[in-house]
Amino acid sequence: MDTIRAFLRHPSGMIGLVLLLVVLIVAIIAPLVFPVSPWEMVGAPFTPPGEDGMWLGGDTLGRDVAAGVAYGARVSLLIGIASALAAMVIGVVIGAMSGYFGGKIDLVLMRMTELFQTIPAFVLAILLVATFNPSLLTIILTIGAVSWPPLARLTRAEFLRLRHREFVEAALCQGERTWRIVLGHILPNAISPILVVTSLTVATAILLESALSFMGLGDPNLMSWGFMIGAGRTVIRNAWWMSVFPGIAILVTVLAINLFGEGLSDVLNPRVSRRRA
Amino acid sequence: MTRLGSVAAVALLAISRIAQLIAVILVIATFNFVLVRAAPGDPAQVMAGQSGASDPKLLDDLRKEYGLDRPYLVQLASHLGRVMSLDLGYSYRQRRAVVDLILERLPATLLLTVTAFCLALLIGTTLGALAGLAAGSVLDTVFTVLSLVLYATPVFWLGLMLVLVFSVTLGWLPPFGYETINVKLSPFEHVLDIMKHMIMPVTSLAAIYLAIYARLMRSSIIEVAQQDFIKTARAKGLSGSRIVVGHMLRNALVPVVTVAGMQAGALVGGAVVIETVFAWPGLGRLTFEALLQRDYPVLLGIFLILSIVVIVLNLLTDLVYRLIDPRMTTGAA
Repeated sequence: MDTIRAFLRHPSGMIGLVLLLVVLIVAIIAPLVFPVSPWEMVGAPFTPPGEDGMWLGGDTLGRDVAAGVAYGARVSLLIGIASALAAMVIGVVIGAMSGYFGGKIDLVLMRMTELFQTIPAFVLAILLVATFNPSLLTIILTIGAVSWPPLARLTRAEFLRLRHREFVEAALCQGERTWRIVLGHILPNAISPILVVTSLTVATAILLESALSFMGLGDPNLMSWGFMIGAGRTVIRNAWWMSVFPGIAILVTVLAINLFGEGLSDVLNPRVSRRRA
Repeated sequence: MTRLGSVAAVALLAISRIAQLIAVILVIATFNFVLVRAAPGDPAQVMAGQSGASDPKLLDDLRKEYGLDRPYLVQLASHLGRVMSLDLGYSYRQRRAVVDLILERLPATLLLTVTAFCLALLIGTTLGALAGLAAGSVLDTVFTVLSLVLYATPVFWLGLMLVLVFSVTLGWLPPFGYETINVKLSPFEHVLDIMKHMIMPVTSLAAIYLAIYARLMRSSIIEVAQQDFIKTARAKGLSGSRIVVGHMLRNALVPVVTVAGMQAGALVGGAVVIETVFAWPGLGRLTFEALLQRDYPVLLGIFLILSIVVIVLNLLTDLVYRLIDPRMTTGAA
């Protein structure tokens, strides 16, 4: 309760939360407001914003940009959240093993993490999606596969911090199984910073997804913001609205998640945040 | 530490870094090898790409050339051998060796990334230092909000918006390309022409990192300002500007440079998208073309080469780090 009350008093965190709720509502009600699929032509090509019942204009084929932006919110949020969760699972498993077992396992896993952190993640993502063909699942797994290193490092640090606490030693003495100690005792105490970083990972995942679909590597069945901007790129002289509005949608969503995540971080880990400020 | 000792230390560091670089190249080459085998379709089809996969003779030749009937380990060993001798395969689409295609495009990418990297670091740290020294002021608030917004902006969209404003609407800058074609220019005019083409791609690429470095520098300056040696310097009666330049900046820069090195990979990734926006004739543009044609050998080669670029950028920031970190230069380390 205290945490919620503290968050309500966090101005930028609240701005983020409100913006995020707006995006979420748009994503949920998209099919109600736009019953026609965003892939359907509903007007003349290149309709300027406000004309012909299309507030944000029409694209090269006369499809409604507003419908695309609304449906794009579903795709971005879905892919952003799912791939951040995938990154969290990978990162927590690797970080927990590294921090709990230490020694050679730690050395090998951390070298691997460093390698993943240095190589150009976006180029690796392009390669992976191109190899396994773009679909919702491959995109989510790919973004998860290139976004886990910060989560692994954080989890490792938390496990190192908690590994020799009394309650863990006590559980060890009682002969509890390793997986029970890790899942039942250490992880619950490490979860709040992990959740904060995961929420910030949603933002980078959305940016990554938009860049992939801009490059033509989105799921061909899903209307996504990056794809819309990519389609608007070549006709920017005639139809600025095609690329401007989806971009604003990405900007607002990512900004909202970042503000929300940082607010969460301030409330949950005041110690860390004060050092950062 | 004696002078000879420090030379030996640097030499040792250089050797260990080169060994590290070779290790990373081998790991990535192995990864590429595994990826080709994991891809749907048989390796010969994957390597031939969309255009070559329908040609049974080519597929047969490929199977023979790469010994695809031999055991995996033998194939891997020969693959690593090829990579180490700079043979990155052949693009059947472009009918050229992959390494030639890449080397031809690499300078343009390096020009773009290195310029953006240096500018972002220089301007970002300056703005961040100013904001940090004036923490809580209007200037500080403006910088903070601006960097938050920039941090949330997709880099390719920022590029497009610059095109919309400065090329489509105002007509000040060329919207794409690397140089004006079909005109005779003196060498000096040619350089100016390239620089003019660079303004927008570099700005869009640098903007986000500028925001990151500025935020970091700001908090770093604030943290350094509270430390004891600054109080000592004040107590000794040093002037404000001498404290800032002599004591604070150098110490505050250390964490920023560390992060800058870690961001090199993201910067190179950003360059790939930005080149697509501006039709900049570098590796990013080549990636886009290769994607359209599913020219797989080219994609694999680009991944390997760009990884090497990132590691080299990392080495350079490591060097800068050693130059600025006071603990490193006084010999205490």
